[in-house]
Amino acid sequence: MKVRARDSKQAWLEDFESSPARDDGIETSTISGIPLKPLYTTDDLPRRPEEFPGQFPYTRGIHPSGYRGRLWTMRQFSGFATAEETNRRYKYLLANGQTGLSVAFDMPTLMGQDSDAPTSRGEIGHCGVAIDSLADMETLFDGIPLGDITTSMTINSPAAILLCMYIAVAEEQGVPASTLGGTLQNDILKEFIAQKEFIFPPAPSMRLVVDSIEYCAKEVPQWNTISISGYHIREAGSTAAQELAFTLADGMAYVDACIERGMRIDDFAPRLSFFFDAHIDFFEEIAKFRAARRIWARWMRERYGAQQERSWKLRFHTQTAGVSLTAQQPELNIARTAIEALAAVLGGTQSLHTNAMDEVLALPTDKSARIALRTQQLLAYESGVANTIDPLGGSYFIEALTDEMERQAESYFKRIEALGGVIPAIEASFFQKEIADAAFQYQQELEQKRRIMIGVNDFTVDEEVPIEILRIDPKLESQQIARVREVRRKRDNARCSNALTGLRKAAAGSDNLMPYILEAVRAYATEGEIMNTLIEVFGIYTEQAVV
Amino acid sequence: MRPVRIIVAKVGLDGHDRGVKVVARALRDAGYEVIYTGLRQTPEMVVDAALQEDAQVIGLSIHSGAHMTLFPAVVQELKRRKATDIVVFGGGIIPDDDVAALKKQGVEQLFTPGTPLQEIVDWLRKRFPEESR
Amino acid sequence: MASWWCWGTTSPYAFWAGSELNEADLETRFRSGDTRALARAISLVERRDPSVRALEATLRPKGQAPGVVGFTGAPGTGKSTLVDGVVALLRKRENSVAVLATDPNSPFTGGAILGDRIRMQRHALDPKVFIRSMGARGHLGGLSLATREAIRLLWAFGFDQVVIETVGVGQSELEVAAVADTTVVVLTPNLGDGVQMIKAGILEIADIFVVNKADLDGHARVVTELRSMLSLAPKGNWKPPILATVAARQDGLEDLWEAVLAHRRHLESSGRGRQLAEQRLRDETAEVAAEIARERIRRALADDPALSARLLDTGTPYGTAEEILDRGR
Repeated sequence: MKVRARDSKQAWLEDFESSPARDDGIETSTISGIPLKPLYTTDDLPRRPEEFPGQFPYTRGIHPSGYRGRLWTMRQFSGFATAEETNRRYKYLLANGQTGLSVAFDMPTLMGQDSDAPTSRGEIGHCGVAIDSLADMETLFDGIPLGDITTSMTINSPAAILLCMYIAVAEEQGVPASTLGGTLQNDILKEFIAQKEFIFPPAPSMRLVVDSIEYCAKEVPQWNTISISGYHIREAGSTAAQELAFTLADGMAYVDACIERGMRIDDFAPRLSFFFDAHIDFFEEIAKFRAARRIWARWMRERYGAQQERSWKLRFHTQTAGVSLTAQQPELNIARTAIEALAAVLGGTQSLHTNAMDEVLALPTDKSARIALRTQQLLAYESGVANTIDPLGGSYFIEALTDEMERQAESYFKRIEALGGVIPAIEASFFQKEIADAAFQYQQELEQKRRIMIGVNDFTVDEEVPIEILRIDPKLESQQIARVREVRRKRDNARCSNALTGLRKAAAGSDNLMPYILEAVRAYATEGEIMNTLIEVFGIYTEQAVV
Repeated sequence: MRPVRIIVAKVGLDGHDRGVKVVARALRDAGYEVIYTGLRQTPEMVVDAALQEDAQVIGLSIHSGAHMTLFPAVVQELKRRKATDIVVFGGGIIPDDDVAALKKQGVEQLFTPGTPLQEIVDWLRKRFPEESR
Repeated sequence: MASWWCWGTTSPYAFWAGSELNEADLETRFRSGDTRALARAISLVERRDPSVRALEATLRPKGQAPGVVGFTGAPGTGKSTLVDGVVALLRKRENSVAVLATDPNSPFTGGAILGDRIRMQRHALDPKVFIRSMGARGHLGGLSLATREAIRLLWAFGFDQVVIETVGVGQSELEVAAVADTTVVVLTPNLGDGVQMIKAGILEIADIFVVNKADLDGHARVVTELRSMLSLAPKGNWKPPILATVAARQDGLEDLWEAVLAHRRHLESSGRGRQLAEQRLRDETAEVAAEIARERIRRALADDPALSARLLDTGTPYGTAEEILDRGR
C-alpha cells in the first residue's frame, strides 16, 4: 500500500511539472508571503498525537462542543454622532437579533480630550460616539439593562475612565459591578506598535492597564479587562505571522506586568482575551487562529506555570479586515467580508464583527449594517459550517500552515526577547519598522500586479455608482460642546475638584488608580479633565517615527 | 536642479499612519525630499513647518473624517501667512462630494484609497515639471 | 548676474516663479524677520544657488556670533530627544535657537525622508525656535559648505544658538565636527557592543561624550570602556567629559549645557577657538574655490567639443584641467 501511494505521488509530481503553468505573474505565496506548495499530502502532516477540541493545547478549539454548544457572539461595532443617536442604533441592532453591544468612540474620546478642546474641531462624532462625561454615558445606555447584555468598549489610553463610567451607569441602574459582563480593549501596547493612539509614556500606561486588571479581578470579575489586539497591527500593514507574534508577545508582556505587581497568574489570566483580524487569505487566517490557541496554551502552562485550564485557553474576538475593502465597486465588500467571516468561524472565534460594505467610505448606514449582520447569521444558520467542530482539522495543508505560523511566531519571540522585551522593542521602533516594511512590500506587489485587488488594480469599471453614505450633521459639534459645558456648570464643582486632586496625588504615588478615577467619574469630572490630571503627573509620549 | 521639498503631515487625531508612510517612501524613492512631521499636527503647525522648511508642497493625510474641517483650515492658514503658492494635496477616506468641495476650497488634488503610488508621483511630476528630477 | 557655477540645467530664476516670496523681496523680508525669507535663503545656499550672494552681500551679522553645538551619534541613540531637551533648556534661558537637522539622502534617487522635526513638536509654534531639515543631497563637499553658509544666515537673522544634529553614518559626523564649535557624541548602553561600535575617528572629534538612556543596564560599562579608550588617546588641553543623560526625562541636560559652556570658555581662553575659526575660513575658501573650478571645468568640457575630444584622445586630465583654469572665466 505504502509503496503504491508513493508511486502515485511521484506520478502526480511528474504530471504537475509537465503541465503548463499560468503566466499571469500573480504570486502563489500567501498574502503575507509564505511560499505555498501546489499540493500538500500526508508527508506534510505533523507527527504528533491526535488533538481534540477542549483539550490542551486547544488547536482545535477551546470548547469540547465547538459551535454545537453555543454559536459565536455576533457583535457589531457601532457608534456615531451623539449618545442619543447611538442609543437608538443599539436598540435597533438588539431588536434585529444582535447579541452584544460594541461601542465605537469618536477620536476626541479615544484621545482623552473633551469635545470643546480646540483640537477636537471637525472630529466630534465622526468615527464613533462622543463621550465627555458620565452624563453622555447615561444617555448612551438609556433603557438598555446592563445586567442583561454584554458590552465591548474599544478604547485604550483612557480605557480606565470609560470602564468607570460604565460601572457608574450600572450602579445607577441598580446593577452591581460584580455581575457586569463585557470587554474593554485596554491594550496600550498595540497603540505604541500600530494604532498610535497613545498619550502617556509606556510605563505609566502599563500601570493603568495593570491597575484596571487588578481592580476588575476583585470587583468586576466577569469583565474581560483587556482585549489584546492584533487587529490594528494587521490593519497597519503587518503580515499574518507578525500579527500573531506581536499580539501574543504583547499578551505575555501584560502577564509579566501583572506578575510583577504581585498577582497570581490564575487570578487574572482567565480574563485576558484577544482580538484578531480576519483577512482575505482564507487558509492563512484559519491557520493563524489555530496556531494562536496552541502557542498561548503552551506558554501559559509551560512558561508561566498557570494551573487552571481557563488560564490556558485563548479566547478571541474577530473583525473582518477593513483594509481588504475597497471604495471601488463597494458591493464586492459583502463577498470579501463573507469569506473573511467564514475563516474566522472555521478558525473558532468566540465573537465576530463583520464589516459593512461602505465602511471604507464612512460609517455604515442602517441597511449596510444589517447586511453585515445578516452575513453572520447566514453562516450560522444556513451554511451548515457550524455543525462540525474544527472541520478543517487534519487537512494536510491547514495543519502544515498552522505549524508554519507557530514556527514564525516563535522566531519573532526570540527576536523581541533579544531586544529586551516588548517595551524596549517599541522604543527601538522594531515593530513599527517591521510593519512599515511589510506594508510597503505589499503596496509594491499591488502596483506590480503581483497581487490583485478587484476593482483597484484589475477588473476596474469606469462608472462608479455612488452608494448612500451616512453623514454626520455638522450641527452636532456645537450641540456636544454645549452639552459638556452644561455638565461642568451643573455639577458639584467642589466635589469634582476634590476628586481630581485626590487622583493627582494617587497618580504621583503607587495606589491603584481605579477607585480614584471612579470617584472623579461619579463627580461628573469630564474625560478630558481626568486625562489632563494624569498628564500632569505622567507626561505625554512622542514616538520616534520610523518611516 | 531644485529638488521639490514636500511636507507630509497627519492632521487630525487619528493615528493611522500606514498610508502616509507608504506614500512618504514612494515619494522618497521618486527623488523627492520628504519632511515627515508625524502625527496629530494642527493646521498652524503644518504651515509653520512648511515655511521653515521652504517646502513647495504640503501633503496631508487623515482617516478620522475631519477632512472637511482640517484641509480647508490648512489652506486658510497659508493665506494668513501669505504663502498661497504652496501646493496642498490630501489623501484619506474622502467621499466624491467632499473631493469636489475641497478642490473648490483650494486643495489642489485628493487621492483616495486604492490610488496607485505612481499616480501621486505622476501628478507631482506634472505639477513641478521644471523642478522634479 | 553670472550663473557660471550654478549646477544643473534649470534657470535659478524659475525658482521664484509663482511664489508669494519674490527675489526682490527676499532681502526686505529677511531683514524684517520673516521666517520664510530665512528658509528660502537656506534653500538657495543648500543647492548652491548664486542668487543668494546678493542677499549675503547686504547682510551684516547681528550681535555676537551664535554658539554652534553639533550632536552626532548612531541611529536610535536618542539624539533628537536630546536636542529637543537642549532646545527647551535654552528657551528657558531665553535664548533663541535654530536647529539644523541633517540627514544623508538616498544616494540612488536623491530623495530623502527627513523626520527629525517629529521629536521637537513641542517647539512647533514657538517663534524663537527655527527648525530646518537639511538633506545631504548632491553636495560634493558634503554638508559642511552649505551648513557654514546657513549658520552665517542664522547669525544675520539674529539667533543666539545654533544646534546641528546629524545621524552618525558615513562621514556626516566628521562634517559636523568641521562646522560646530563644540561636538557632542551621543552613545547609549543598548546598542550592540557599546563602545566597540564607536567608529575610528570619533574620539578625535568629540569634545563631549554623552551616554544617553543612562537608566538602562550597561550604562556604567559604557562609561568605563569610554574612559579607558580616552586614556589611550593623545593628551590635549581639553579632556572630553563623559556625561550621563536620560533625555526622555530631561535628566542631565543642565550638566550637559554647562559642559558645552565650559568648552566654549576653553576655546576662548586657549586661543583654540580663534585658531579654528581662521583655519575653517581658509578651508572653506579652498572648498569654494574647488567647487567653482569643478563647475567651470564641467561647463568648458560640455561647451567645447573640440577640447573634450582632445581630452579623450590624449587622456590627460591634469593638463586639460590646467588649460581650462588658465583660460580665466
